[in-house]
Amino acid sequence: MHTLDLDRMAVRDVNQRLHSDAAGTDTDQRYEILNPMGRHAIAVGLDHPFDVTVRGHAGYYCGSMNKEATVTIDGNAGVGVAENIMSGTVHVTGYASQSAAATGHGGLVVIGGDASARCGISMKGVDIVVGGSVGHMSAFMAQSGHMVVCGDAGESFGDSIYEAQLFVRGSVESLGADCIEKEMGPEHVETVRGLLERAGIDADPAEFRRYGSARQLYNFKIGNIGYY
Amino acid sequence: MDERKVRESATFPPHVIAEIQRAASEGLYYIRGAGAKRPVPTFDDLVFLGASISRYPLEGYREKCDTNVTIGTRFAKKPIELKIPITIAGMSFGALGANAKQALGHGASAMGTSTTTGDGGMTEEEREASDILVYQYLPSRYGMEPDQLRKADAIEVVAGQGAKPGGGGMLLGQKITDRVAQMRTLPKGIDQRSACRHPDWTGPDDLEIKIQELREITDWEKPIYIKVGATRTKFDTMLAVKAGADAIVIDGMQGGTAATQTCFIEDVGIPTLPAVRQAVEALKELDMHREVQLIVSGGMRTGGDVAKALALGADAVSIGMASLMALNCNAPIYEEDYHALGTRPGSCHHCHTGKCPVGITTQDPELEKRLDPELGAQRVRNYLATLTLECQTLARACGKSHVHNLEPEDMVALTMEAAAMARVPLAGTDWIPGWS
Repeated sequence: MHTLDLDRMAVRDVNQRLHSDAAGTDTDQRYEILNPMGRHAIAVGLDHPFDVTVRGHAGYYCGSMNKEATVTIDGNAGVGVAENIMSGTVHVTGYASQSAAATGHGGLVVIGGDASARCGISMKGVDIVVGGSVGHMSAFMAQSGHMVVCGDAGESFGDSIYEAQLFVRGSVESLGADCIEKEMGPEHVETVRGLLERAGIDADPAEFRRYGSARQLYNFKIGNIGYY
Repeated sequence: MDERKVRESATFPPHVIAEIQRAASEGLYYIRGAGAKRPVPTFDDLVFLGASISRYPLEGYREKCDTNVTIGTRFAKKPIELKIPITIAGMSFGALGANAKQALGHGASAMGTSTTTGDGGMTEEEREASDILVYQYLPSRYGMEPDQLRKADAIEVVAGQGAKPGGGGMLLGQKITDRVAQMRTLPKGIDQRSACRHPDWTGPDDLEIKIQELREITDWEKPIYIKVGATRTKFDTMLAVKAGADAIVIDGMQGGTAATQTCFIEDVGIPTLPAVRQAVEALKELDMHREVQLIVSGGMRTGGDVAKALALGADAVSIGMASLMALNCNAPIYEEDYHALGTRPGSCHHCHTGKCPVGITTQDPELEKRLDPELGAQRVRNYLATLTLECQTLARACGKSHVHNLEPEDMVALTMEAAAMARVPLAGTDWIPGWS
């Protein structure tokens, strides 16, 4: 395992090392990043199946725009963790701040604890599994992908949602515009089961409820003026 | 009827009456394309003081007048070099058809300048067509991919647009074809809404971190622009500098759009004329003028406009609507199709319908055939060449060997409004209203 110590290296050097090593031939593809100390933009823009562990708390945008790599943050993560993830996995063992997995196009994001407001905002295909609860306006304008929340969801959950599928085990404080509860069929239970397994979270998929778009705001209509 | 006794109301002219009655009928704001139609103070209200005895001019066709500009000298490892100070503004594939994007790319490349993507990401065709391509990073992040960031020559973080500062974008369902829907991860045929603010940052402190993230992803190679609609321009410019921008794009209220509410287009933002001056003042206060490049857009049409923006302190300008007009937007051809839209050549703003009579702002394959990309590229090249020649002509007349040597002192204003906004004297006086 390669060790990159942010007490001895700048974030810029760590990222450039990870980017340049992607073109190399080293068979050891495991990295640990020490002393993150809340620094921003750690392990961003990875484009190779590395296995990267950040040992401690990270600042904004850790693991953002990830492709193929597995990034584990052994601690808490700041705003926009795994922002615009394309593939691979970003796993936060602790809590995540606002806009976790924002605009993610693919891959898997796992938050062990709670995720704050706007988790999964504008998600475009990413799968998100949150061990705890999510804050207000989570899954706002969620376009595609899945969000599984093992705890509760804050107010205006799924506001202006498109085609993403949302699953919550606990309570939902309120649903946002055009987001409705939908029937939880056996295929949905299997979807949740698969996501929980991938996330390594032990929960009964049959306890979850499903939410998605009523598709009433897809085209501008005078009858919907109160929602705009 | 005695026509002399029939008088239109200044408060309620026919177009206002028509809008009131449309609103009463439909109960929803009017959405349209293009830019502001209301009159505002413009660069037309400024004139150059050509050289005579107190200044001497450069020989028009003999002495050199350079036009090159470098963008991204502050932090980027690979600044971009433009041969002319005129760029093509961000316009999305979706709003524009593929032929239009291709024509703009080839035309701009022929003149050594850049084009810009828009909402929905980068198409292979526009990357291939554009030697220098600026990649817009927008609030919606439709089609945003890190590979595209890496393929771009510069990145433009869009915080706002002159046609709709504070508002998000729209692309109405009739333009959401299979390809556009796939690029934006949205169902076909829906009215696509773009968010008005970014999903993962708010305010200048966050923006600084966002810029750091983009630089880290691209290994600090790409110049990073910040684009804002002109409103509180001085503050926005200062904050963009503080956040670490390499370049700032200020888009005045005359700037166009593919579709937004008319009340945004006509009632929000300030004209380009005062905006450029405020931005330059902010840069000078921070001792960042020419260190952070300023690109100005919004209603640029002529080489005179370009020269005046540069004289006020801009490093380059960007053109959107005018480049579409070079491609025949609003040209008097296919007139029956304009009429079918309820308009006529010269007044068309129906980009939002997807039924562009000249095949520019459409995804309809039959309409798109009306724009030959090769011919279009030639027209764009010609237009950019004309703007450049006009700008050089004016600069030489003021005795300048580089268009960036133009300065406010080379101009006077024809109206008090323009004098106050541009902070140059009213013609024939030493008076700058509000300042001297």
